[in-house]
Amino acid sequence: MNEDKTTTPVDSGRRGFLGTAAGVSAAALVAPGVFLHSVAAAPRTEAVTDAVRWGLLIDTAKCADGCSACVSACERENGLDLQEPHSATSKWEQQQAAWIRKVKLQDNQTGRITNLPMMCQHCEDPPCVDVCPTGASFKRADGIVMVDRHLCIGCRYCMMACPYKARSFIHQPLTGQLTAVPRGKGCVESCNLCVHRRDNGEDSTACVDACAAEGHGAILFGDLKDPNSAISQRLREIPSRQIREDLVLNTGVRYAGV
Amino acid sequence: MAKAVVRIGLVALGLVWGAFAAQAAQADEVKRYVVEGSQAAERSACVEPTERMRRMHMEFIQHQRIATVHEGIRDTQYSLTGCVDCHISYDANRNPRPINQPDQFCGACHRYAAVDLNCFDCHASVPNRPAADAEAAHRAAGVTGAPHGGGH
Ligand code: HEC
Ligand code: HEC
Ligand code: HEC
Repeated sequence: MNEDKTTTPVDSGRRGFLGTAAGVSAAALVAPGVFLHSVAAAPRTEAVTDAVRWGLLIDTAKCADGCSACVSACERENGLDLQEPHSATSKWEQQQAAWIRKVKLQDNQTGRITNLPMMCQHCEDPPCVDVCPTGASFKRADGIVMVDRHLCIGCRYCMMACPYKARSFIHQPLTGQLTAVPRGKGCVESCNLCVHRRDNGEDSTACVDACAAEGHGAILFGDLKDPNSAISQRLREIPSRQIREDLVLNTGVRYAGV
Repeated sequence: MAKAVVRIGLVALGLVWGAFAAQAAQADEVKRYVVEGSQAAERSACVEPTERMRRMHMEFIQHQRIATVHEGIRDTQYSLTGCVDCHISYDANRNPRPINQPDQFCGACHRYAAVDLNCFDCHASVPNRPAADAEAAHRAAGVTGAPHGGGH
């Protein structure tokens, strides 16, 4: 590149080049996305494999106090908002299943407050699966820990075993369930990383979308086994932890800033 | 001797003929459960031959259920969601009628056969997806009215 060209006020050739370059890179960015979408966004026809492991990375520094967008998006997506209290007075009858809870932590020495969403941590070695007497609590090949409600007898051992208090029990009969998310009295359930979205080849979860729409972008979803996925790259960049890492469960949900 | 053979042959023919007639009469008598106004009512075939569906549908669904829940296979041929989508019918106000009701597709035959299912304690008995999809499902079924009010 020579002096003359850079000092020329307007060099249409160079502009043209920049324009093309921008166009090309935009196309390169869009094309794989479009390609992925049109090919992958169809119902699965083959069994899931352990070639992927789904996980979340939550940056607590970006998780806003008082915001519960992820919780309400999860409720809408998974029909949890269709639960109705069975009595106006008894607090037990008003219990509702929840897949995400917003948790606020305070360091008593420094007063520092941390907000974070807490859901099923999708452990590699899940205690809920160990204790289940019927095999209802299981880990799918792609790392999603969930409950096969056809096998669940409602004993709730898994709820006791879970160090994260991530599971809920359905106490009352329900009506009006969503087609994609059946649910009924007497079974345990918890976050399944929007499994119906996974099997339709979509690329995020309801909570991730909601957090991004709020402008926080505190949650990343992706494949922990793919070194090039956004989540793996971010995990390489910033310090993160597993909650209760002393239990060596190798959780699929990781937290930064705690 | 030859006469005897012919006679036996004729008797056999008669028997076969009789069996055919009986079967034809039976086929006329078989009660049909496909409900007026459902997508299925406008089609000629189920996901498998009708005779096979009558006897085997529970096996198909059960197999599908394990494949879907444990292996993530959403191939919809035997999916319960698929049965509901195609066999659902609509009332005068164009609301879908729960498929397990005793006058609806699954409900009517199960009542007749004294089969008691709990599947629809959990599973949606009408197409009930988040708003946009439910509308698409209703459109696909040739219904343009307001979607079911139970969900979203
Ligand atoms: C694409 C539409 C479609 C889907 C999906 C479908 N069916 Fe059908 N089904 C039909 C049609 C059409 C018939 C009537 C066939 C005939 O006239 O012989 C039928 C007939 C049947 C019958 C026999 C009814 C009778 O009167 O004897 C049974 C049982 C049945 N279906 C069960 C199911 C089940 C269970 C599923 C889900 C696994 C299912 N169907 C999915 C269209 C469908
Ligand atoms: C306690 C609640 C519950 C009951 C009762 C129940 N299911 Fe399910 N079922 C579920 C859940 C939850 C799923 C997982 C949904 C998903 O991920 O798509 C499911 C998924 C399925 C699927 C795969 C999804 C589909 O639409 O094809 C089939 C098939 C199925 N169930 C069949 C049955 C049958 C048949 C019965 C009755 C004998 C039954 N279920 C009873 C909760 C239940
Ligand atoms: C033509 C009659 C007929 C129709 C229509 C029908 N079923 Fe059935 N179904 C039966 C009979 C009969 C049995 C019991 C078979 C047995 O016990 O061996 C049965 C059993 C079942 C079972 C197993 C129940 C159990 O406890 O193991 C399921 C699940 C089932 N049906 C689902 C459906 C669904 C879903 C539909 C509607 C899409 C449907 N059936 C429509 C006749 C029918």
